[in-house]
Amino acid sequence: MTDATPLIEMRNVTKYFGRVHALRDISMTVKAGEVMCLLGDNGAGKSTLIKVLAGVFPADEGQYLLDGEDVRFSSPRDALKNGIATVYQDLAMIPLMSVSRNFFLGSEPTRQIGPFKMYDAATADARAREELAKMGISIRDTSQPVGTLSGGERQSVAIARAVYFGARVLILDEPTAALGVKEAAVVLRYIAQARARGLGVIFITHNVHHAYPIGDRFTILNRGRSYGTFTKDEVGRQEIETMMAGGEELEALDEELARIARNGAESTG
Amino acid sequence: MTSSSAEQEIAAAQDDRLLGSGALSRLLVRPEMGAFFGAAAIWLYFAIVAGDRGFLNLGGTASYLEVSAQLGILAVAVALLMIGGEFDLSIGSVIGAAGMILALLTVNYGWNIWPAVLVAVIASLAIGFLNGLLVVRTGLPSFIITLATLFIIRGLTIAITRLVTGRTQLGGMRDAAGYDLAQTLFASEIRIRGAGFSVSILWWMGLTIIATWVLLRTRFGNWIFGVGGNEQAARNLGVPVMRVKVTLFMLTALAASLVAVIQVIGSTGADVLRGQQQEFYAIIAVVIGGTLLTGGYGSAIGAALGALIFGMVRQGIVYAGVDADWFQVFLGGMLLIAVLINRFVRNRAMESRR
Repeated sequence: MTDATPLIEMRNVTKYFGRVHALRDISMTVKAGEVMCLLGDNGAGKSTLIKVLAGVFPADEGQYLLDGEDVRFSSPRDALKNGIATVYQDLAMIPLMSVSRNFFLGSEPTRQIGPFKMYDAATADARAREELAKMGISIRDTSQPVGTLSGGERQSVAIARAVYFGARVLILDEPTAALGVKEAAVVLRYIAQARARGLGVIFITHNVHHAYPIGDRFTILNRGRSYGTFTKDEVGRQEIETMMAGGEELEALDEELARIARNGAESTG
Repeated sequence: MTSSSAEQEIAAAQDDRLLGSGALSRLLVRPEMGAFFGAAAIWLYFAIVAGDRGFLNLGGTASYLEVSAQLGILAVAVALLMIGGEFDLSIGSVIGAAGMILALLTVNYGWNIWPAVLVAVIASLAIGFLNGLLVVRTGLPSFIITLATLFIIRGLTIAITRLVTGRTQLGGMRDAAGYDLAQTLFASEIRIRGAGFSVSILWWMGLTIIATWVLLRTRFGNWIFGVGGNEQAARNLGVPVMRVKVTLFMLTALAASLVAVIQVIGSTGADVLRGQQQEFYAIIAVVIGGTLLTGGYGSAIGAALGALIFGMVRQGIVYAGVDADWFQVFLGGMLLIAVLINRFVRNRAMESRR
């Protein structure tokens, strides 16, 4: 694979739900070793785009290329087999199961004892701890339930798991949305770790302040359309924020707020 | 606390000084701990109240263990199903149906016991398979699906039995070919200093060990917890959710057929109403044993302890001289207390190691 071929490329992707255009003519790429931020306000089409990327449903029009070749995934499982791992905000972990059991769910290490194939708890514990340490996550006891971890730690474990099981593209759906400032920083650090290990990361968020420090390129969605993709040199935080809100709308809001403030000052004064 | 002392603590956590407390807290986090202490407390209570009236001697022990065993066989399988996030209300009806199939084939049609047992078991597995298939294909709550099959199976058992024999009870199994061996395996008593311990106690203990091993030491066990804890997440990770659930429904039906065989061989006859309310008693035993109603958390040992508690109370109040009519009041009260204690224990477990 050369640098020229992106891991994933979307060309003019369109998706309808009945008569609603959820996505219109979206094009984007993600390369190995970069973080591509997908930004947009609520209802901008982020979730629909994630689902197309993750193989939940196909696009109605346009192309989905993996390593430069046309693909059509039949299920999330199919996408996962091709190295595209999606970490959803709430659906990543099972709170009452231990960290290592969560880590290996669906791909448990086994040990042959006589005629029986047994779950190898010792190996699972040790390897989960090892892999988490590689990502810079230190968990004292991997047999403790995931529910005892903080939200940021849970996201980090989910990221480490995807990396360990051979993901080449990591799609992160609002991984920092429910987190405090410090915890979000922890998750951003693990995204950087994944990038350093050569993964292509698609980081979906509506928070510019989380996206800007970590992102290499930014694709901005608004009402199902793309404003295009920009490198960090091309746009500042303020510009991204303005585009996300749909430019004119934000200006109109500014004016309206100013008017309200003025009126308030007049009536009290 | 300064950051360097925090680091020292983390370093200390990695040496074995803290391993001891880790092991202790891990033990306390186990779902069956509440049931363990509950069983101890109830044994102690009846030992004091009814100890001099026979509860404590071997005969008394044998009597409550037998009651516990039959429920325990069911409860252990139901625990796996409930950890997997589903209910099966039809098992009581399956007990009646499987027992009647066995009795009809041997008494009415003169079959040898063993092929008749085989047919009863296969019929039960088929019911379990259908229950599971309906649940995973429709996505409807298993509570409703199995509530429907509870009535369908019970009704079929009564209607067909009356159609064929004109009665609702069948006796006289003792003359069937192969009865002696079946009696030894399913309904004999092991004599210990004059007291007869039912062989079903061994079945109960054996199944508890196997179920615990499956839950904690096999991939399938991990899938059960995963499917019950978060079905969507498990599916995303490649767990065959449908296969796991259908298998669990088949296991509960299999356990019900084993109870049917034990009862029919033991009493040498079948009744179409056998097994009524057993589905509720099994769920109660499982919940007392610390399994979460919403799935994803629980244990087979807990369910076995829940069944032990059930047996001790049921026989204990008789030894204590209390009218047996009061049993259901005790049972409901215990269920309520168990749910409250379990919630408390679990919340503590989730918080204590933050």
